[in-house]
Amino acid sequence: MSEMLLDVRNLRTHFKTVKAVEDVSFAIRTGEVVGLVGESGSGKTTVGRSILRLVEPTSGSVHFDGIDITQLSAAAMRSRRKDMQIIFQDPYASLNPRMTIGAIIGQALDIHRLALGNERDARVVELLQRVGLSADHRRRYPHEFSGGQRQRIGIARALAVGPRFIVADEPVSALDVSIQAQVINLLKDLQAELGLTVLFIAHDLGVVEYISDRVIVMYLGRIMEMAPADSLYRNPRHPYTQALLAAIPVPDPTVRRPPLRLHGELPSPINPPSGCVFRTRCPVATGECAERVPPLEEVSPQHFRACINS
Amino acid sequence: MPIPRGAHARGASPLVVVRDLEVEFVTDGGSVTPVGGLSFHLERGETLAMVGESGSGKSVTALALMGLLPRPAGRVAGGSIRFDGEDLARCSAADLRRLRGTGIGMVFQEPMTSLNPVLKVGEQIAERLRTHAGLDRRRAAARAVEMLERVRIPEPQRRALDYPHALSGGMRQRVVIAMALACGPKLLIADEPTTALDVTIQAQILELLRNLQAEIGMAILFITHDLGVVAEMADRVLVMYAGRAVEEATVGELFAHPRMPYTRALLNSIPRVDRDGGTRRRLEAIDGQVPDPRVALPGCAFHPRCAHAAALCATAAPEFEDSGMGHLVRCRRWRELAA
Repeated sequence: MSEMLLDVRNLRTHFKTVKAVEDVSFAIRTGEVVGLVGESGSGKTTVGRSILRLVEPTSGSVHFDGIDITQLSAAAMRSRRKDMQIIFQDPYASLNPRMTIGAIIGQALDIHRLALGNERDARVVELLQRVGLSADHRRRYPHEFSGGQRQRIGIARALAVGPRFIVADEPVSALDVSIQAQVINLLKDLQAELGLTVLFIAHDLGVVEYISDRVIVMYLGRIMEMAPADSLYRNPRHPYTQALLAAIPVPDPTVRRPPLRLHGELPSPINPPSGCVFRTRCPVATGECAERVPPLEEVSPQHFRACINS
Repeated sequence: MPIPRGAHARGASPLVVVRDLEVEFVTDGGSVTPVGGLSFHLERGETLAMVGESGSGKSVTALALMGLLPRPAGRVAGGSIRFDGEDLARCSAADLRRLRGTGIGMVFQEPMTSLNPVLKVGEQIAERLRTHAGLDRRRAAARAVEMLERVRIPEPQRRALDYPHALSGGMRQRVVIAMALACGPKLLIADEPTTALDVTIQAQILELLRNLQAEIGMAILFITHDLGVVAEMADRVLVMYAGRAVEEATVGELFAHPRMPYTRALLNSIPRVDRDGGTRRRLEAIDGQVPDPRVALPGCAFHPRCAHAAALCATAAPEFEDSGMGHLVRCRRWRELAA
């Protein structure tokens, strides 16, 4: 068993009155891919950004390679980011439209003073080829590329500085399904070749299953369930995970999805329900669920869930 | 056999018949044809799913049907669109407005494109009823509340007084559906109506649409990129690629025997949670990109990305032909591939 590269403890990120992330703890081993899933308002994106300190956590700790990065100065954090990169959902919004692809990728090398002159140019070409683009592409601008190609550019930029850890925040949800499969396969190949550690954030449970070793399910700022991918998909133990999986339309007209047992909508993160935050929509909630926050308990090896009733 | 989910009126003439539709957009760089040679029909009360990726022409087709192509760039350059006997491509602007008000309802991906942000939602539904159904103010207001109840909005009386921003995405989409169905249309055009919603809310909206169809009996043209949603909603399916129909069949037939290589590849590229062993398996991607509509491509539009393409596919355009029992396919090699 390899060592923990990332260890998040009691992470809490509030935006004024909005409790976006509430007491989230998990760890990721070196070389592991962890999927983080949830619907809008679950806090999954905020967890990813808090870990990189793109937003400042309100409390809790984030140990990366043994160092609590929430305590680092801004300058120390900047140099740490060489090890920790992010891939965004919308590749277009994250690429400067006035810069060529070569300049965008080269800029990442310049910031961390990683390569100069011919070496820099050679590295840019190598990165482009690695993500399935060609050397000629470095002279073009972002608008000349399709969505899938732009996401490849985003990946090349993230890889430029040679990171050990990557937060991939909904990297394929803006892409067509045939292109989505190309990008997922690319990410899987790169992860295996480079031994990357990845936090893969997505709302699509299907996509997450294909890339993750372990999966964390969040709801309204808290972790509901956390388990090895096989175990989570075959034997979901939290009523929310069960509902989420049951809600996915199956591409087979002979399958009749069971009627939805989940009613209503996500409560406000400004004033979340007491006790279990899921209880207001839960089909098995009892009076007790309102009284205390259910702890994340291990129900089978490495399979954790926060529910007192299932 | 799949049971049709809508209340079909068998033997009656189809509600919609589209023949050789061609849509043209004139841009600075010349003209493009995002939809060409498109023919299909919709029976009364049935759900036809139109499925495809970006650039397939599915949304442009919907806009053409509703007479809402952006002017002056876009226009119907050829073919006919018959709705309940009338040719929409030749209707006056006033007739189209009347039809959009009473005959055809529309729901788009983003509910705020259909809602006025500064008007209470009850008033928005009532306004439509006053304009198109001739109801007076009081009756329209009462009927608006009834419609909100019909789309299962809790406390409809109170919700009618809300502005759109006070509602969640799922509730806004329910309001848009209430508005679209207020005048009892025969056709509902739903263009990616659940794509912007979370999966549990999507499940609620799909269930609602099925229930409303059973109650009201309207036909639905359901436009989506999601084959899971297709399997759940459709009676029949039309697969689009690069502005053309490439496969058409009943939903059961299409998923059991997909004939067009594009449809097969699309089905294989979906990550599926309903099958064991998905974890860490490789997805079957489709290589390359959707073709650029500005570049005329000889032969089959899918051939540059097709794993089964032969020399012939690059030169001669395939016909949309019946492979049996009304299962249409646009592929020169479907016979060999089916064997």
